[in-house]
Amino acid sequence: MLLSFVDSLWRARLEPLLAAGCAAGADLVEVFLERSDRLGVLAEQERVTSVSPSFGSGAGIRVFRGKADGYRDGFVSTTDLSEAGLLSALDQALGMLGLNRPSLAALQPEAAKFLGLRELRDFGLGKADWLAECPGVAETAEHLLQGTDRLSFHGRHLQSRRGSYSRDWQEVLVAASDGTFSRDLRLHQTLGLSVLAADGEHRSSVARRFGSSDHPQDLRQWDADAAASDIATSSATMLYADFIEAGSYPVVLANRFGGVIFHEACGHLLETTQLERGTSPFANKLGEEIAHGAVTAVDEGLSNLSFGSLAMDDEGLEPQRTTLIENGKLKAFLSDRAGELRTGHPRTGSGRRQGHGFAAASRMRNTFIAAGPHSPAELIASVDRGIYCKVMGGGSVGPTGQFNFSVEEGYLIENGELGKPVKGATLIGDAETVMPRISMCANDLELAAGFCGSVSGSIYVTVGQPHIKVDSITVGGR
Amino acid sequence: MLDTQHLYDSMARLAREAGISQWDLGAACGTDLSVQVDRGEAKQLKGAQRSAVTVRAWNDAGRVGITSCTDFSAAGLALALAGARDASAFGDLEEPPALSPRSTEATEPLERPRFPLQPIQGMLSTLLAAERQLLDCHGAIGTVPYNGLSERNGERVYVNSLGAQRHQRSSSASLYLYARAEQTGRKPRSAGAVRLAYGSAELDVAGCIAEAAELTISHLDYAPIDTGSYTCVFSPEAFLDLIGAFSNIFNARSVLDGLSLSNRDSLGELLAVPFLSLWDDPRHPGSIGASSFDGEGTPTARLPLIEAGHLANFLHSEATARQFGVAPTGHAGMGAKVSVGPDWFVIGATPGAGSGDSSLDRHGADGVVWIDSLSALHAGVKASQGSFSLPFDGWLLKGGERRSIEAATVAGDIRTVLRSILALEGEAKLTPDGVCPHVWVEGLSITGEA
Repeated sequence: MLLSFVDSLWRARLEPLLAAGCAAGADLVEVFLERSDRLGVLAEQERVTSVSPSFGSGAGIRVFRGKADGYRDGFVSTTDLSEAGLLSALDQALGMLGLNRPSLAALQPEAAKFLGLRELRDFGLGKADWLAECPGVAETAEHLLQGTDRLSFHGRHLQSRRGSYSRDWQEVLVAASDGTFSRDLRLHQTLGLSVLAADGEHRSSVARRFGSSDHPQDLRQWDADAAASDIATSSATMLYADFIEAGSYPVVLANRFGGVIFHEACGHLLETTQLERGTSPFANKLGEEIAHGAVTAVDEGLSNLSFGSLAMDDEGLEPQRTTLIENGKLKAFLSDRAGELRTGHPRTGSGRRQGHGFAAASRMRNTFIAAGPHSPAELIASVDRGIYCKVMGGGSVGPTGQFNFSVEEGYLIENGELGKPVKGATLIGDAETVMPRISMCANDLELAAGFCGSVSGSIYVTVGQPHIKVDSITVGGR
Repeated sequence: MLDTQHLYDSMARLAREAGISQWDLGAACGTDLSVQVDRGEAKQLKGAQRSAVTVRAWNDAGRVGITSCTDFSAAGLALALAGARDASAFGDLEEPPALSPRSTEATEPLERPRFPLQPIQGMLSTLLAAERQLLDCHGAIGTVPYNGLSERNGERVYVNSLGAQRHQRSSSASLYLYARAEQTGRKPRSAGAVRLAYGSAELDVAGCIAEAAELTISHLDYAPIDTGSYTCVFSPEAFLDLIGAFSNIFNARSVLDGLSLSNRDSLGELLAVPFLSLWDDPRHPGSIGASSFDGEGTPTARLPLIEAGHLANFLHSEATARQFGVAPTGHAGMGAKVSVGPDWFVIGATPGAGSGDSSLDRHGADGVVWIDSLSALHAGVKASQGSFSLPFDGWLLKGGERRSIEAATVAGDIRTVLRSILALEGEAKLTPDGVCPHVWVEGLSITGEA
């Protein structure tokens, strides 16, 4: 295995590389080094059917040219971390911008714009034992089998019961020609249960996933019985549910994963990545009202143990708490290094990437709508005929800001009270139309772990909100 | 470059030293180049040198373990083999995978053109010119926010302790252009096109520009649609997407896991209208990513899945084939539990059975919804339930004239869709994901904003 990046050899290897890039004419050179150790375990019914460990390492080298060139950048990733491999990747990145590296022997340090790396900011201190403290395969399998067993106990008509675990341990080192030199160790664990229930022509599939970051012991505290009971109840409820009748309705979205609506409908449009593309309708609306006055929304990377929290982002910067919308008014965008250079919005510690194969981009972390003054019951009571979306599925947003997401568990609301369950609903709309229609926020803010796939790969995020009411939204159904 | 013999020899030696008699290895490496542009400027130029190796080892009890890594060196292989041996202690004893008995069969050579990677500056020039031409197509097209030109050169190796030594080299290129158009007082609209080829010089750039422009412009004049039940005609791309999302129907692994809409006894059942047939054809000349062997080293081959409306075959790995008493079909991945998946669908009329109602024609249709592309399949498809509710881009046809639909979803059940096909219209079209004609389906639920 590769030696840890705290090894002093890495400073000695990276400084000449960065100096060479600058001497070639680059305005900024950044190296992202990664080591990873992953484990996946799958249990089905009463047995473990797959154990999949993997490990790897690699580097991503990014080179920027200056303002006159529109801050163009070249990015090359490689799994070859030898000196020759890194030099080859640098040469290729420089070549993309029409630059040629002088030989290392001929390099004159004083001619380069690079003044050396600063002292290492080691965010990995105190985390060295995390990997060893994680549950091993045998212990993990025991938890998963306990979960599938409890599903069997609580559930009815279950055709398939599955439990899955993934552990993603990552060591990263970021070194850049502006002196940035930062290292971190990260740990993400997820544990999920899913079922497929079938009774004749009736079918329902329900899945839930628990996620934690930076806490090796979390799996040991997982309550398998409570998780299985929740899933079995949901599965039984939805098994015989009718399909939703299509139309426009007022909807009440539950807290926790209901926050995916803000993530998809609005959050992506507040990333400078979208501003650079010209695909955000909010690009020139800083300070303007873009949402109902009831809405305050925040993105931050700081909450203790939250899935989207970071000690440093993937560009070596500490994350911040960024208020995106305050009482309906747009306050800030999420920005990374390229976003700051190209749009002028200051970096927010939001430069994120899946791994060394991706250049960082401005991405969300823990994103949520803040709590309001109402009780959830008040929101339900305010709707004559509408839909209560208790559990949301996934969603996406297109290049025109049109979003969609599916409702996994929904109920009709009639005369201010919850009615029968409904399935097959898809909510569609666009952010400019829907954000002003979020008219009520409840007082029960909660967060939920999730994954977000976008330009810089799949990353760990948290979505969240209290119960909210949207006055009207198009609901696709039958 | 991967040296198959060297990898085989290294693995054989390491396994012998570790006392492991049954093992296999899959490896892939390659180089990618890609460019993106933004309003006349290079936005990002990317390169990647990729490498990945996966090793499986069986222990004396017949349990299998697996480990993946990025290191092809002897040290990397030794670590991967040790990891696989350790993981084998947790292997599934009830249904363990084995080496494919077909992994040592001779394979038909898959002769495909291969091209060296082009200089990235040349790729950049090509994409900048394509963006300019697309912007010039219509005054309302203001940006091409999603665009990319990429090339990939790669190779794959599979070796195992039965003596299998598979090796394949390939090259491919892709171009995608998604334009965004906006008119005063109207919502922005977007559409695009994709092209694949074996090298970037072979790409149909002009065709991609023309298609992206034509589609984008066609969506400028949009109107909401009334919610209701409509006869729909799916574009080849949209229908292939829909079938692909429900491929568990044909997947023996899903059948055994209880996650398929089919069961063990479903073969021979009437699944679709009699004039519909469907094949999986991994070696089709139009499949740019064609492979001559799967993750277990089994040769790939054309396989009928629906014949005259009847379910004809399942897709198999070694393990599922053993359970069904048939031969592996060349559709396996590589894992401790082996996944199964389709490669490349060919959908067409059953020979001698016509193609349904021949009077149906998009160019004279009235009140029909033409679904051009489906979105968010990851969220709106309930594959194990058979249901879908998906946003789409398309047009409402009136007197053969088409008008873009503002925002809408289409919902239904795949089994009902397959039995409600009215016609296969026109010649089958070669798309990046398969071959398919336009498909008419009656009685689908459309939700609009009117």
